[in-house]
Amino acid sequence: MIAVENLSRRNVLRGIGIGSGLVLGLRVGFRSFPAGAAPETNFAPNVYVSIDDTGLVTIVAHRSEMGTGIKTGLPMVLADELDADWNRVKIVQADGDVKYGDQNTDGSRSMRQFYQPLREAGAVARQMLEEAAARVWNADPATCHAQNHAVVHEPTGRRLGFGELVKVAADLPLPSSDHMQLRFKPANARRYVGKPVPIVDLADIVRGRATYGIDVVVPGMKHVSIERCPVYGGRARSFDAKDALAVPGVEKVIEIEAAPIPSGFNPLGGIAVVANNTWSAQQGREKLKIDWDFGLNASYDTATYRAELEATAKQPGRLVRGEGDFAGALRSAARRVSADYFVPHYAHAPMEVPAAIAHLTGDRCEVWAPTQNPQAARTLVAQVLGLDETRVTLHVTLLGGGFGRKSKPDYVAEAALLSQKLGAPVKLTWSRPDDIQHDYYHAICAQHLEDGLDQRGHATAWLHRTVFPPIEATFQPDVTYGAAGELQQGVTDMPYAIPNVRCENGAAVNHVRIGWYRSVFNIPHAFAVCSFADELAAAADQDPLEYLRQLIGAARHIDLPALGVDYPNYGASLDVYPIDTGRLRGVLDVVAQKSGWGQKLPARQGRGIAVHRSFLTYVATVAHVSVGNDGQVTIPRIDMAVDCGLVINPDRVRAQMEGAAIMAISNVLYSNISAKDGRIVQGNFDAYEVARTDITPDTRVYLVDSNAPPAGAGEPGVPPTMPAICNAIFAATGKRIRALPIDTTQLKAA
Amino acid sequence: MINLRVNGTTRAVDADPAMPLLWALRDLLGMTSTKYGCGIGACGACTVHLNGQAVRSCITAIGDVGDQQVTTIEGLSPEGTHPLQRAWIANNVPQCGYCQVGQIMQAAALLQTTPKPTDQQITDAMSGNICRCGTYQRIRTAIKQAAELGA
Repeated sequence: MIAVENLSRRNVLRGIGIGSGLVLGLRVGFRSFPAGAAPETNFAPNVYVSIDDTGLVTIVAHRSEMGTGIKTGLPMVLADELDADWNRVKIVQADGDVKYGDQNTDGSRSMRQFYQPLREAGAVARQMLEEAAARVWNADPATCHAQNHAVVHEPTGRRLGFGELVKVAADLPLPSSDHMQLRFKPANARRYVGKPVPIVDLADIVRGRATYGIDVVVPGMKHVSIERCPVYGGRARSFDAKDALAVPGVEKVIEIEAAPIPSGFNPLGGIAVVANNTWSAQQGREKLKIDWDFGLNASYDTATYRAELEATAKQPGRLVRGEGDFAGALRSAARRVSADYFVPHYAHAPMEVPAAIAHLTGDRCEVWAPTQNPQAARTLVAQVLGLDETRVTLHVTLLGGGFGRKSKPDYVAEAALLSQKLGAPVKLTWSRPDDIQHDYYHAICAQHLEDGLDQRGHATAWLHRTVFPPIEATFQPDVTYGAAGELQQGVTDMPYAIPNVRCENGAAVNHVRIGWYRSVFNIPHAFAVCSFADELAAAADQDPLEYLRQLIGAARHIDLPALGVDYPNYGASLDVYPIDTGRLRGVLDVVAQKSGWGQKLPARQGRGIAVHRSFLTYVATVAHVSVGNDGQVTIPRIDMAVDCGLVINPDRVRAQMEGAAIMAISNVLYSNISAKDGRIVQGNFDAYEVARTDITPDTRVYLVDSNAPPAGAGEPGVPPTMPAICNAIFAATGKRIRALPIDTTQLKAA
Repeated sequence: MINLRVNGTTRAVDADPAMPLLWALRDLLGMTSTKYGCGIGACGACTVHLNGQAVRSCITAIGDVGDQQVTTIEGLSPEGTHPLQRAWIANNVPQCGYCQVGQIMQAAALLQTTPKPTDQQITDAMSGNICRCGTYQRIRTAIKQAAELGA
């Protein structure tokens, strides 16, 4: 358990709020609601919490709920520090507004950034209620303590409920950070943090009452479906809407201008069919006759492109980490090992397609959207409409999955533009083919790894070369090399104790929108690095677990900046969140012990192991696979050990790992986005395959007790699980997986 | 006008008989609990019952429904306390929750015909329902638990 009580507040803030200068600047615990936001009878010491005179505590969840449980987790932290009764807490989803601090729900960092600010928000409210009670009783505030939704005067046992204290507390001056010494609860007094708490929307979800973006209804709204150019960067030269307009229910057909590429968050443009219901709009689209100018990317072909990336990976690239003398060490190595790895594009395919509702009236626009990035969505809507941002109200709905797709608000801007053009409220619903064929794809990636081993099989030299179209190329022209933030994800952060290291990055030009997809560049890089470690173990004829232990070496903090590496550490301080090989080894040992590593298995079954740090969290996975004589892969069991620092809601961390195992299986066995003639080949779940229930392993998750501050939970489970499965296939069949998705025809028994 | 019998009530909709039941429910009747996922019957998010059988409402034309009883999640249990719903809550199944109504409707149809399903029967019945969050393990546990509760 984290012992922040012993640290100065300043240090705690610097550490835990790291990567979010906004949070530091905000002084979240000490801000009042803007005028009119809360009734006067309420006590509202900051933007996250208010209490009314019935004692109802309203907590604002300012990050987006896409399935991680964050809408429950963040309020748990505040309610705990306030000593509120969870049954008398109401949680409301925040609109997009800078007053809440960073709302961009991606990068597995909500809890990392806001654990401490929300503790403070709760502590301020509690201490003010205690102060109010002391005034009522004319008692020493030090003798008044919050206890389960009331303040108790310890010497006399007198008690006043939170609701009874609201009026007095509301009249107290808001303390400034300098005037109030915040006291935090000791770990053993926590009521909710560290305990499994059901998500607040659970009952609504199973009863069909939960409202996602696609479900919002505004009276008089028009339903719209947009035909976009099948090639990224293309535009309509002309179109004929006559047949579309003849479809019953279709009212109008209008063009949305395509943004120049790289288009960033801007709408792709296209021909929009407006109808009085979604289906008619979709039917109308099929009748459109459009003459497309396909533009610059009309020859994009992923087969050709893969060959280009692989050729680049064979050539020296830009050095992004270098230590010792790699070439010399390789020359004197007793043995050389090299391998090339390939990971394709993936599409996010959240079950709820992108959708948004916008209603522009005069110079005000109200928007409802399932967005991971409420402030960026609000800013973009204001921009495309030519409005001041304060004229845009952006309501955040529940998200039917996100995985990074909904951190890009292009679809929200489309709805806003349409409302402007039509002078009516608009619901825009992407079709599934729209979603799969116009996504911000996970980057396709080719890698070359090469290593030298000494006589004992120990690695003495490490070369890792990665080539992929960077995400930044979606936003800026002429970007062909990866950013430090991309290369830190499994390349420059290589944690093995190898003296001679070269990490390189080769250039690649993008031809589709590239974007963050759950776990991002840790996907290809952990796949290659953890597979290659297994290849080295095999070359050295050693047990993969023992070999990994030796590769990781002694417990130490790896100081990459001191080695000259541009290493952002996910925006966090290396002092607070070091690369700690002791913790890496820790999860490895736990998973090895729990999974029965080393126990005998029948023929064509095997276990594979992998460990990786991402989003400041350490995860080790052992996969147990069975490969049929026909090459079909089944996965009876997956064991995952997780060290993500302080755990807020353990059941949700487990759920994230269980889900990560399934997503890893999708990435490894099924999913693949390919392009031909500039168009995405796959259009729906028949061709873009994802894991279904038949492949579900018995997934067991072990949460390691940790003294460290909270780190990521949503993404870190995927990266090590993919190579663990592939390594298990090698153990079962002797066949090495170097390209995804796995071609199971190669796994048939001889 | 086409008459649809939805959760025991007859509702009239003015639409093309080719319109999928999904969109009639969502856009014409304002019942958004039934979700769009793919439009081709490949993901199960839109699953409802027709005379107790699980169907994909995104590929079921309203003109073909006739006088069959349409049941959505609201009609599965008026109080939302069907054994599957209770088991879903007990196991904290949902993550984002979007596909879960379709999953529950599919599982309810399974338990109607197969009150104590084996693992293989669960796989066979549930493989048409995608959960991108990956809640399959808990769905399977919840179905077995609901079977114990006597769905």
